[in-house]
Amino acid sequence: MKTIYFDNNATTKVAEEVFEEMKPLFCELYGNPSSMHTFGGQISRKIRQARERVAGLLGCEPSEIIFTSCGTESDNAAIKGTLAAVPNKRKIITTRVEHPAVLTVCRELGNYGYTVVELGVDKRGRLDLAELEEAIDDNTALVTIMYANNETGVVFPIDKVAELAAGRGVVFHTDAVQAIGKIPLNLAKSSIDLLSLSGHKLHAPKGVGVLYVRKGTRISPFMLGGHQEAGRRAGTENVPGIVGLGKACELAAENLEKENSKVKYLRDKLEGAMLEKCPDSRLNGDKDNRLPNTSNISFEYIEGEAILLMLDKYGICASSGSACTSGSLEPSHVLRAMGVPFTAAHGSIRFSLSRYSTEAEVDYTVEKMPGIVNRLRELSPFVAK
Amino acid sequence: MWEYTDKVKEHFFNPHNVGEIEDADGIGEVGSLACGDALKLTFKLDENGKICDAKFKTFGCASAIATSSVLTDMIKGLTIEEAAKVTNKDIADYLGGLPEQKMHCSVMGREALEAAIENYRTGGRKKHELEGSVVCTCFGVTETEIEKVIRENNLTAVEQVTNYCKAGGGCGGCRGEIEKIIEKTQGALQVTGYGTRGEAVRQTAVPGKGCKLTNIQKIQMIQQTINEQIRPALRAHGGNIELIDVEGNKVIVAFRGMCAQCRLTEVTMKDVVEAKLREFVSEELFVEEDKDSAQQPHNHRG
Ligand code: FES
Repeated sequence: MKTIYFDNNATTKVAEEVFEEMKPLFCELYGNPSSMHTFGGQISRKIRQARERVAGLLGCEPSEIIFTSCGTESDNAAIKGTLAAVPNKRKIITTRVEHPAVLTVCRELGNYGYTVVELGVDKRGRLDLAELEEAIDDNTALVTIMYANNETGVVFPIDKVAELAAGRGVVFHTDAVQAIGKIPLNLAKSSIDLLSLSGHKLHAPKGVGVLYVRKGTRISPFMLGGHQEAGRRAGTENVPGIVGLGKACELAAENLEKENSKVKYLRDKLEGAMLEKCPDSRLNGDKDNRLPNTSNISFEYIEGEAILLMLDKYGICASSGSACTSGSLEPSHVLRAMGVPFTAAHGSIRFSLSRYSTEAEVDYTVEKMPGIVNRLRELSPFVAK
Repeated sequence: MWEYTDKVKEHFFNPHNVGEIEDADGIGEVGSLACGDALKLTFKLDENGKICDAKFKTFGCASAIATSSVLTDMIKGLTIEEAAKVTNKDIADYLGGLPEQKMHCSVMGREALEAAIENYRTGGRKKHELEGSVVCTCFGVTETEIEKVIRENNLTAVEQVTNYCKAGGGCGGCRGEIEKIIEKTQGALQVTGYGTRGEAVRQTAVPGKGCKLTNIQKIQMIQQTINEQIRPALRAHGGNIELIDVEGNKVIVAFRGMCAQCRLTEVTMKDVVEAKLREFVSEELFVEEDKDSAQQPHNHRG
């Protein structure tokens, strides 16, 4: 059975070009970039090139890029590193819809005496900038707000948020894991101080991430024991991963146009057909300010995990915000923060496409979905016969 | 992805006995849309008092559907007395086991069966009644229910209790209390062995309860109980509750956010609120929902 992969916000396929670039680094060019000999030393050139490619995509200086092991590490490092650098300020501002890599860290810091402000969102998942402005005070050490939401794809006005924070002299971090490679972004024109990204969300392998640190931003080193990454992140480099990420960033820059036209066209087609063909379905999140690849739809009166298993039978991969899929008992914290009724949150399905998605895959999924929804509704005690 | 047995998958993809029996002898309903799973079980008896037909309708994940399906298979041919002995463990075993985090589905099956039998015997409410004091406000789970899953499945940790009956899986505010119930129940088990009910009387310091209350005192206590015992859990669910009025022993409340939109509000939140108010204020209280004001737009930012 062919796999139809509509779960690209969870992880992506490694691009062939990326894999090609990585291959020699395993068995041939396996040296340590820190070594004195030529064999190892030549690897540091590869890392430099990767750093330049990442910086090229983001519009920043190569020296502002720190390679990490994943997006979660970048988030942890940004938040804890900033707080350690400004020990006299004790307040963090974030939102209720952040990824757990940010939200859990902030809440944990709340247990250590930090004041944590979690901004709410409206029904469509949008922020209220006035509320943010009000929340920033002299005690605020950090504002950390995601660029785009992983579940709904809603994009926040991050440049404005960054300016607000900068205007008040507060460090601003954004978790841009979902945004990078999907929407254009230029750090040279933005006041963002810290930004996290993750390789495997943009067709690089798992196990590599980046923390961008604007020149002059104070952040305490978070991994000690080596001089790598200018002493800010010790540990022998994940060379193949870093090189792969460099290539992936180069490809992302080339494909950005396509992401926003072809992928968006497919997403819109899928979404439109689903909403039309499945009664009692609704879109979650702001239709306008959204990643071009993501669609989050709720099918009322049925449960997400059951839908996913039925889709799985046809080889279609998606994900759900239902309680059952998360291993917790509560549905998605993002949908709850948006005030999506529980009835709809339990039946929410996220489709996330990539530049490798095809129209045939979209058509096939659209063809199968109404049957699945009807089948499960036949079982549901909440649907009248 | 969950590791489901082939049996679970088989019953999920091709469930047996889907539907509702029109002139059923017993009807049992448990769960709600808000909780993420709900089951309606109906059965019919033949002239010998054996269950000759059983049907189900279920909202929920794969294991909830599979559990319901096997439950209907299992009880066919049983007498009421025999059916009453079916435990959640029997249901899970029949499926070749369930993932630990999904055990609550088997408990839901057993609860629906209990409710249906109760309905047959007394003709009373078909819905699963909340017996005893509510421990977990988030999921409306009572002490009696928690003790039961602990005993039937020999549970020793709070996470297990959460896996089996959801209690503790929301805001987490009740975990300390669950811990105590485990200690007590397991302690009782050691002394008396299995099969004896570890009868437990919960001592809660309730100021004023039992004494005659003035109206003002009563309203204050109701408000306080709502503020302290009920609202935090609702908030964790993105919902809220408002005290509209108190007329004698009738407490009128309105649910906001998720609760107001939940079709089964009646079985879930209303019962929980009632149980809490009875526990903390007065046994005589009953709760009514103010539907009109529930239609108003709710404040989702709460
Ligand atoms: S989890 Fe039990 S009261 Fe919230």
